[in-house]
Amino acid sequence: MTKKFEEFPTWKEMPVGLVVFAPPVNGPNPHYKTGTFRTLRPVTDPAKCNKDGLCWLYCPDSCRSSDAETLFAVNLDYCKGCGVCAEVCPTKAISMINELEFKE
Amino acid sequence: MSWEKLEIRTLKDAPKDEYFVAGHRTCQGCGPALACKLIAKAAGPRAVVITATGCMYVANCSYNTTPWAIPWMHAQLGGIGSAVCGAAAAYKAMMRKGKLKKEEIHVIGLAGDGGAADIGLSGISGAMLSGEDHLIITYDNESYANTGVQASSLTPWGAWTTFTPPGKMLRLGNVRVKKDLPKMIAAGHPNVRYVATASTSFPFDLMTKVRKGLAVKGPAFLQVHTPCPKGWKFSPELTVRIGRLAVETGMWTLYEIEDGQFKLSYKPPKRKPVSEYLKLQGRFAHLREPDYRYIQEQVDAACKQLGID
Ligand SMILES: Cc1ncc(C[n+]2csc(CCOP(=O)(O)OP(=O)(O)O)c2C)c(N)n1
Ligand code: SF4
Ligand code: SF4
Ligand code: SF4
Ligand SMILES: [Mg+2]
Repeated sequence: MTKKFEEFPTWKEMPVGLVVFAPPVNGPNPHYKTGTFRTLRPVTDPAKCNKDGLCWLYCPDSCRSSDAETLFAVNLDYCKGCGVCAEVCPTKAISMINELEFKE
Repeated sequence: MSWEKLEIRTLKDAPKDEYFVAGHRTCQGCGPALACKLIAKAAGPRAVVITATGCMYVANCSYNTTPWAIPWMHAQLGGIGSAVCGAAAAYKAMMRKGKLKKEEIHVIGLAGDGGAADIGLSGISGAMLSGEDHLIITYDNESYANTGVQASSLTPWGAWTTFTPPGKMLRLGNVRVKKDLPKMIAAGHPNVRYVATASTSFPFDLMTKVRKGLAVKGPAFLQVHTPCPKGWKFSPELTVRIGRLAVETGMWTLYEIEDGQFKLSYKPPKRKPVSEYLKLQGRFAHLREPDYRYIQEQVDAACKQLGID
């Protein structure tokens, strides 16, 4: 049976459409992992790293921790392996290693 | 002002928190994604971002998920001007009526070169005259990247795009000269107190300019040069190097126009030849020595006019 006009919700009663819930500050977005983009994995040599944080600042995928003590650890569920961090590192501390060389 | 200080000059000044977080579908090494991250970092938690259609909408907010940890909204490709004006006016009205707590909200509009310099230009012009408080940022990846790299009015001379393929009849690719959008905004809207250019390869300068644009009363405009590995045909690790070379060769310039006063933000100590920038990118692979010379002449003249040389 078709509804009468009065039975439809008014604009104030309509639920808001197309709303996406925000991820937490500092992330990550739990619903969209991007680690499968990666063929090369960034690995930091602690002996060469001066902990300046440039790799963290320049990562286009915001997937490095801001903690210098972890050498700005990479979240491998999200790192796309672009190599920007290795390229901007002033001490050449980051090597991009073929994923096939890792067991896990 | 909602930040401790306006200027971000070193890594120590750079806020630790990320508001544009991991988990988006942009290409490896995407310059515009780096721009979003740095813009959000500088603007902080009391910012609201509206993005026009383009890669930074489509590739970010995929499958009902989002990397924006601050309030974000999509606007039509040509709609960024009206969307930011409406949002800024709405916040003001809600605060006046007591429906929202009175505080400083930073309304940021993001649009690509296609969305800003072509399709949304009239709306941006309207927004610049509006007197509402907002900052419109163009992330300039020099093509309609999201739909497959078509030429826009910000595509540089000589570049390959899918609309300007170099071939036997037309050897050069794009033969239109890149539109000077920031100068156009500044010249055409004398009321606008802050117009600037930036680059993702100069992150401190970029973050400071975001804050300056937001701090100034009324509308402000910022254009950010953002290398795009897919559209410019280069290997993704080179994003930052290519952006830096653009500035070091003079193919992109960093400046501010504050209350009508033009000021260079960075002067390369010794400009590099443009070929160093062009040769790293597949979109310029068809160019030959005379073309490099032609581009060099154009860039030399522009740099002289801007006071870089
Ligand atoms: C009015 C309108 N025309 C065309 C499109 C198709 N479209 C979607 S994204 C896009 C490219 C936009 O280019 P730009 O603003 O430079 O952003 P980019 O994709 O390069 O990030 C186009 C043409 C659209 N969504 N709306
Ligand atoms: S850029 Fe290099 S030196 Fe700096 S923190 Fe990262 S790995 Fe260490
Ligand atoms: S390889 Fe790319 S995505 Fe991975 S940490 Fe380095 S900059 Fe970030
Ligand atoms: S096409 Fe270019 S702008 Fe779009 S997501 Fe890929 S790298 Fe970024
Ligand atoms: Mg574009």
